[in-house]
Amino acid sequence: MCGVVPQVLVFTSGRIRKTMNVEYMGLKEISGPLVVIDGVKDASYEEMVEITVGKNKRLGQIIKIDGELCVVQVFEGTRGISLENTRSKLLGKPLKMPLSKELLGRVMDGIGRPVDELGEIYPEKSWDINGEPINPVMREYPRNFIQTGISSIDGLTTLIRGQKLPVFSGSGLPHNQLAVQIVRQAKISDTENENFAVVFAAMGVKHDVAEYFRQSFQKSGVLDRVVMFLNLANDPVVERIVTPRCALTAAEYLAYEKNMHVLVIMTDMTSYAEALREISSSKGEIPSRKGYPGYLYSDLASLYERAGMVKGCKGSITQIPILTMPNDDITHPIPDLTGYITEGQIVLDKNLSQKGIYPPVSILPSLSRLMKDGIGEGYTRADHPQVANQLFASYAKVQEVRALASVIGEEELSEIDKLYMKFGRKFEENFISQDFRENRSIEETLDLGWTLLRLLPKEELDRISPDTIAKYYDISESGAGDF
Amino acid sequence: MENTSQGTIFGINGPVIKVRGKHAFQMLEMVLVGHDRLIGEVIRVLETETIVQVYENTTGLKPGEPVISTGKPLTVKLGPGIIGNVFDGIERPLAQVAKNTGIFITRGNVMDNLDREKLWDVRILVKPGDYVTQGKVLAEVKETESVNHKIMVPPNVKGEIIEAASDGLYNIDKIIVKVRDGKQVHNLTLVQEWPVREPRPYYHRLPLDIPLITGQRVIDTLFPMAKGGAAAIPGGFGTGKTLTQHQLAKWANADIIVYVGCGERGNEITEVLEDFPKLIDPRSGRPLMERTVLIGNTSNMPVAAREASIYTGITLAEYYRDMGYDVAIMADSTSRWAEALREISGRLEEMPAEEGFPAYLPSRLSEFYERAGRVETFNGTEGSVSIIGAVSPQGGDFSEPVTQNTKRFTRCFWALDKALAYTRHYPAINWINSYSEYNDDLSDWYSKNAHVEFTDKKKEISRILQEEGKLLDIVKLIGSDILPDEQKLVLETAKVIRQGFLQQNAYHEQDTYVPVKKQYLMMDSILRLYEKAMMLVNLGIPVSVIRRSGVFDEVIRIKYNISNDDLGAFDELNRRLEKTLEEIEAEYK
Ligand SMILES: Nc1ncnc2c1ncn2[C@@H]1O[C@H](COP(=O)(O)OP(=O)(O)O)[C@@H](O)[C@H]1O
Ligand SMILES: [Mg+2]
Repeated sequence: MCGVVPQVLVFTSGRIRKTMNVEYMGLKEISGPLVVIDGVKDASYEEMVEITVGKNKRLGQIIKIDGELCVVQVFEGTRGISLENTRSKLLGKPLKMPLSKELLGRVMDGIGRPVDELGEIYPEKSWDINGEPINPVMREYPRNFIQTGISSIDGLTTLIRGQKLPVFSGSGLPHNQLAVQIVRQAKISDTENENFAVVFAAMGVKHDVAEYFRQSFQKSGVLDRVVMFLNLANDPVVERIVTPRCALTAAEYLAYEKNMHVLVIMTDMTSYAEALREISSSKGEIPSRKGYPGYLYSDLASLYERAGMVKGCKGSITQIPILTMPNDDITHPIPDLTGYITEGQIVLDKNLSQKGIYPPVSILPSLSRLMKDGIGEGYTRADHPQVANQLFASYAKVQEVRALASVIGEEELSEIDKLYMKFGRKFEENFISQDFRENRSIEETLDLGWTLLRLLPKEELDRISPDTIAKYYDISESGAGDF
Repeated sequence: MENTSQGTIFGINGPVIKVRGKHAFQMLEMVLVGHDRLIGEVIRVLETETIVQVYENTTGLKPGEPVISTGKPLTVKLGPGIIGNVFDGIERPLAQVAKNTGIFITRGNVMDNLDREKLWDVRILVKPGDYVTQGKVLAEVKETESVNHKIMVPPNVKGEIIEAASDGLYNIDKIIVKVRDGKQVHNLTLVQEWPVREPRPYYHRLPLDIPLITGQRVIDTLFPMAKGGAAAIPGGFGTGKTLTQHQLAKWANADIIVYVGCGERGNEITEVLEDFPKLIDPRSGRPLMERTVLIGNTSNMPVAAREASIYTGITLAEYYRDMGYDVAIMADSTSRWAEALREISGRLEEMPAEEGFPAYLPSRLSEFYERAGRVETFNGTEGSVSIIGAVSPQGGDFSEPVTQNTKRFTRCFWALDKALAYTRHYPAINWINSYSEYNDDLSDWYSKNAHVEFTDKKKEISRILQEEGKLLDIVKLIGSDILPDEQKLVLETAKVIRQGFLQQNAYHEQDTYVPVKKQYLMMDSILRLYEKAMMLVNLGIPVSVIRRSGVFDEVIRIKYNISNDDLGAFDELNRRLEKTLEEIEAEYK
């Protein structure tokens, strides 16, 4: 563990627990996913509770204590539970994730229990799934470029190892394909395929989506480096709160204990946040925006901030959370609060998708905050920052010209504006758009950028220094004829 | 200190604890919670129970565990060793936390706030027999190469010095002076304590007529900030709040920077820690870290300590102000602090006002921003605390309660604009929606120290931008081709102002910080070009001809082509521009 083992909480505070085997019969109240147990002695905050209903055992967690009253959220839901038919037992520990390198290649349910019939995991370690905040002085600032082979990402919203870079999508958009293409093509580890791993957390997604990911991992031959955590659409809602935490605990183990570079895909964060809202409303909490609890920001941060790199460790955790924006609204609390926490966002756009452009990355609202430190001389190529900047600025200008064209007609545009119209079209068709199987090197991406910029007169390139223009704009290069 | 008043935990709900038992707790008193002695603060005292907010993760606490009174409010330790350090929201040094618990922060970290072993070179400035009152400087310590730390008589202490140590190397606990006040003797060391929620006293307030120079053109010229003032930077995610805060922390002409990362990203603290020791303060020639203190209570750290972090930060700032320094404090983001208030308030089941925020949100905000100011201290020096608060409005919507209430208590409003950020116009400070109410009070300073015509020039620059705004509404409908050439020139000049002047690249070695004199000369060159070009246009020369000569592009590139220490180059540039324009004129005749 790169030096230090995280504190494992045992809930005895140095005293021997006398009540370990006490069972509490019946309940005082049931409300949504929550139950209230009365007369509890010696309960610890956030301790796990096992609730037996007939022959069937369910897990829950204490989320509030008031004297001898304990409010417990039941992961598997409260269906079939009555005030009389339960026996509850305190387990004396928080929810823990059993950890071992054997996790690779395995499929688990939403609370980290194997479901692939390959048997139990023999844990080497067992960690509290809530993790602990990384001390900012122990973080290593991420700077290593991950080539994904996708021009819109590598060129304009560069992914950095240890970054948290979500995909903001909408229903019907190819965010899953994009995630799969990233996993397939990303050069995460310097030593190629040696020590990278993928942790996949599904929250409330349909069965066929989970299956699509599994098959894609299989086809690209990485399945034995993937750990999957599945809470599907018909799985219990409360469990959904736990799924990403189990996944991130596994990721931390692989990164900080086994020095692996871990890519974590979490989908769909919208379902996750909705589950949080549902539980919050059963608790009768005062909502903030759109019914989401006031602590949604802190809660999401407790997941996203688990990405990163730390001093003295070779491993890293890179997160690509996927969320579907309700009503394609980027100001909705889920994308909004996510964007406030993550280090940028890749925004997908319906209009581009309808034009047949894959991946439909809307570059203007997309951003990679860590890009500045991982591109340019010594990282990608010296001209990269300027090319990226110019492409953004010129494409922004295209939007203005298009708005004007829609008013006065394209024929009425000035000559220079017509060039912008052409640039915009070619940029979308040739730069943003690429095949699902196409893997472009960063040089190819940047050269393509120049080919496009050459459609515009030099004077228009106000974000590029004269030397860089001299070096890249003026050379006539084969292939430029395409446009 | 050894108060045994004690209760026991009755209920636990997140960071909020209900305590029963002997009810001798005072409001806002600091308490130690549970066997692990987690730090907490009393936030409500009822007849039968006391409510405590806990600054650490409460997982694993049990009813029945003890809650011990400390008899004093939440305080910070003030003394040498603050500068260059990184603390959490309640002044625990994070490097020390890392020594104890490694890469993760675990609970129950009880430790000294300031290093008690380290020896400081102390120069004593008083002698027995001197009569001293609060704020009087007793000794000096070179805290860093850039900061001379003054050891002062704590507020509300006065009397005759009966003993004084001689100069020497001492740790912070060394009693350097004994002061007798009647029967009472105060043993004064290098440290004092102060409750964070209480403003430190000063002699009296001074007018805010000196700017806090930031080296950022759009701020220093159009929307200047005063030393001792309060500014807000609202903006949706990705619009540049943090980067602007970092830029100010780097380049503002303050003596001390207090940077509070309040509920934001861990990597942003790490970035400052990596960059600042390497960056050189243009004024002192020393690394920026030598004047900076960081408070990092990131989004994933306990929410109650996030609430406290703002107060810890401002208290440190006031302490250095009292030594006669100009201090600037950046709080990124005050919205996260407001959300922490909301979260605690929700757990207390208080009646919410707007959007779930408690009804006391406005009063808390005003109390905080009131702690800004330029003052005469008790030791006769002048010091200031300038507050720059980032605001993160939900959905980027400025009508939400935190932005609206912040607007009431700050006088600079640097509105960040998503549309500008999307086009990568940085800093994305919208020149139409932003304002500074310090403008009038600072204009004297600018005419004395920058240029007599500074204010006139900036008004002209604003006017051109305003006019562009109106013209663009027309252009959207009909295109720019059929505008008269005079108006085309306004658009062209506004573009030069936007790209050449307002846009400023934080990552460019020269452009990241620009002295006010150069800012003036840039405005001057732009306006000279505008006037001369207007003459040509009035002679019937089309703007397109002028544009083709490249004069506009040349002015846009001033920021990269004329370095900050070569202001003589402006004369040459202006002559060259003039010559080009004269040639055009000659050709046309
Ligand atoms: N003055 C500037 N120069 C260059 N880039 C900037 C500037 N201001 C903002 N940016 C860009 O915008 C991104 C987001 O800025 P940031 O301050 O993190 O936004 P916020 O804190 O508002 O979410 C940065 O990563 C950087 O790429
Ligand atoms: Mg920020």
